[in-house]
Amino acid sequence: MAGYIGKRLLAAIPVLFGLSIIVFLIMALIPGDPATAILGSFATPENVARINRDLGLDRPLHEQYLVWVGNLMQGDLGRSFRLNRPVLDEVLERFGATLILASVSLVLCSIFGLLAGIVSAVRQFGWADRLITLFVLIGISIPSFWLGLLMILIFAVQWRVLPASGMYAVYGGGDFWDLLRHLILPATTLAVVATGVIARLTRAAMLEVLRQDYVRTARAKGLSERKVIYKHAFKSALVSVVPVIGIQAGFVLGGAVYIETVFQWPGIGAMLVNAISTRDILLVQGGVLVVAASYVLFNLLADVVQALLDPRLKS
Amino acid sequence: MRRTLGMLSGTAILALGLAAGLMGPAAAQTPPNVLIVGQIAEPQSLDPHTVTAANDFRIVVNIYDGLVRYADGTLEVEPALATDWEISEDGLTYTFTLREGVNFHDGTPFNAEAVKFNFDRMLDENHPFYGTGPFPLSFNFESVENVEVVDDLTVRFTLSEPFAPFLSNLAYPTGLIVSPAAVEANGEDYGRNPAGTGAYRFAQWQSNTSVVLEANPEYWDGAPALEALVFRPITDANTRVAEMLSGGIDVMVEVPPDNIATFADDPNFTVHEATGPHVWYVMLNAKEGPFADPRVRQAANYAVNKEGLVNDILQGTAEISDSPVPPAFGWAYNDELEPYPYDPERARELLAEAGAEGASLTFYVTEGGSGMLDPVNMGTAIQADLEAVGFDVSIETYEFNTFLGLVNAGLEGQADMAQMAWMTNDPDTLPFLTLRTDAWPEAGGFNSGYYSNPEVDTLIEEARVETDPEARAALYREMQTLVFEDAPWIFVANWRQNAVTTANVEGFSLQPSFLLMLQDVAKP
Repeated sequence: MAGYIGKRLLAAIPVLFGLSIIVFLIMALIPGDPATAILGSFATPENVARINRDLGLDRPLHEQYLVWVGNLMQGDLGRSFRLNRPVLDEVLERFGATLILASVSLVLCSIFGLLAGIVSAVRQFGWADRLITLFVLIGISIPSFWLGLLMILIFAVQWRVLPASGMYAVYGGGDFWDLLRHLILPATTLAVVATGVIARLTRAAMLEVLRQDYVRTARAKGLSERKVIYKHAFKSALVSVVPVIGIQAGFVLGGAVYIETVFQWPGIGAMLVNAISTRDILLVQGGVLVVAASYVLFNLLADVVQALLDPRLKS
Repeated sequence: MRRTLGMLSGTAILALGLAAGLMGPAAAQTPPNVLIVGQIAEPQSLDPHTVTAANDFRIVVNIYDGLVRYADGTLEVEPALATDWEISEDGLTYTFTLREGVNFHDGTPFNAEAVKFNFDRMLDENHPFYGTGPFPLSFNFESVENVEVVDDLTVRFTLSEPFAPFLSNLAYPTGLIVSPAAVEANGEDYGRNPAGTGAYRFAQWQSNTSVVLEANPEYWDGAPALEALVFRPITDANTRVAEMLSGGIDVMVEVPPDNIATFADDPNFTVHEATGPHVWYVMLNAKEGPFADPRVRQAANYAVNKEGLVNDILQGTAEISDSPVPPAFGWAYNDELEPYPYDPERARELLAEAGAEGASLTFYVTEGGSGMLDPVNMGTAIQADLEAVGFDVSIETYEFNTFLGLVNAGLEGQADMAQMAWMTNDPDTLPFLTLRTDAWPEAGGFNSGYYSNPEVDTLIEEARVETDPEARAALYREMQTLVFEDAPWIFVANWRQNAVTTANVEGFSLQPSFLLMLQDVAKP
């Protein structure tokens, strides 16, 4: 298992490098440059040239890339010219915020998704199944930024029971409970779509498993219905649901871009959006690298868990 | 496995219970004597010489002072860190007497050496701290040849040519004075560890969450009433409105037009408005295509229903414009001009005269951007008005930085018209950079529509070096009349900046400079 994990991690390195080249090229190819972004309507060719020289952007592209790689090898991701601070500081801080949001969200959608899926499958065509299916469909169909605004409107503006945005109260907040209060709305909003997807897949997987011969055998042995469902069916169903949760982890990270913007969550998604529109190349590079690395890790984690659950994959 | 499921249900119930427990009315209301300002974005830096956005200016003007500042409610300069100044006959030397006994927030004294350090850092490539830049707007002071320390409290600027906007530029954020000791101590991290002489001093910056300033009890112009100022970046306009409605912030800037009425009708809020030196226009390609004929350019001005744009799309948050000099510059604005009336008939006549009926046009529109208001909807409305008189207009929409890259390179061979907006601090800036023949893109200016009128060129050049305000104003007025006739642009709107405060905020007002001065605000 350790060898397998090592191999997967090694394979990720060329992927990340390839990605960094693509990002670098795309940032260089799209029209508009950092100097124009900084200068706005004052971007005369003369001013642009001056800023480019001061930022080292007047050097050939491959040279800029090699400088970046060289610095990367020494753990230096460069300096964001938009934010006047080291990229690494910014990326780690922002990624931490995203990770908190995404992991709470992932826990929420796993719990509620699995529960809803099981209940739905066991009570197939019953009223619980119909109700859950209805909610799941609504959840999958609602655009998350719109749901976010709706939640703010209800809980922050109308009832005034939760903060509308941000991660901590800006003055006098900052403890764990403050963080939780600020997490409820964005984490729930972010979890809604993924909950729907997981619930649907769990339901399908459970129904599939419940039709298997060994389940009939278990029933024939005289096992109680509960035991059949939880001990035999759910465990096998989980094998096909776990990779989906792994993929949902990626979606949750991606979906965080909208949610972070709507809730002003200081995460990496919102950071990347801003960095791209201000052509902050180094910040984009650093951010994409970290997000991509975490995708690789999440998928690996899902595969490992799946292998542990499914004896056929263990070898 | 059964246990797993039990755990799942247990956790689910726990999560719901916890969420319910954490809800509570404590969410609303900000603390007294702390003013929380909802901004539109994270600041780039708190170094006034490196920033360019109005969003950043709103913070730095509360940390720093300049040698001069705009008098409350005007665009005219009054003493600040300099108590007095003398301008030589030839307009080339400015000698400032500095205020005595002023200290920077880091405890070091403000003096002539400090002033010299500030301008040398921006302008001299060999200065040891030039590398703490770049200083994008330092060209505001490119006519400064040298800064000389006469004595501890006297400093002399020598200019290479007379430059009338000099004093006004000193009052703008690029002219604010930073602490040399703090720059030396923090180097390129100065922008996150600022020290000025202003009413508030820097306390804390939490990335993308807040910038906190606290009152400077030793402020030379009287300590502020507030204990602290907090600037929160809230990029999404809807979220900003929601924060304001839920009581999470005390002041909100750049209120979307659609939400003004909601706040105006609610006694818990006060809506503030002020016109400023902002111009929104559509530049026309005067070099080639249909707009090379001035009659066609005038026709476009008659064809567009500006009243509709300003009242329906911008919902009264702007006024109709008729000149490259916005009315906010009261002394230089030509108030005899009347905007082109909405007259489609006249437009059709002019088009027939010019033989340009059915001309097809390419119109560059941007998705958003500083000062661009509601560009997509405005672009669509303008397109409809132009098509109504017989033009055939196709719109091309671009993201703002891409848009600027395309437009600043010049419209030749690309487009017939493009949206643009400017906010400036002196009536000189906009005409100088966008209307002169010497400001065509290939010469390094922003005259991307290639307008050229030698008389206008002369008037702008003369006004720039004229130090007598009366004579200078007369030159600008004459220039405006000529430009109005030539119609190099469709003149559209002057934006009224707006802000909303909660009812318990006192002493708040918006300045025509668009700078957010919070020195005299209280919130008991």
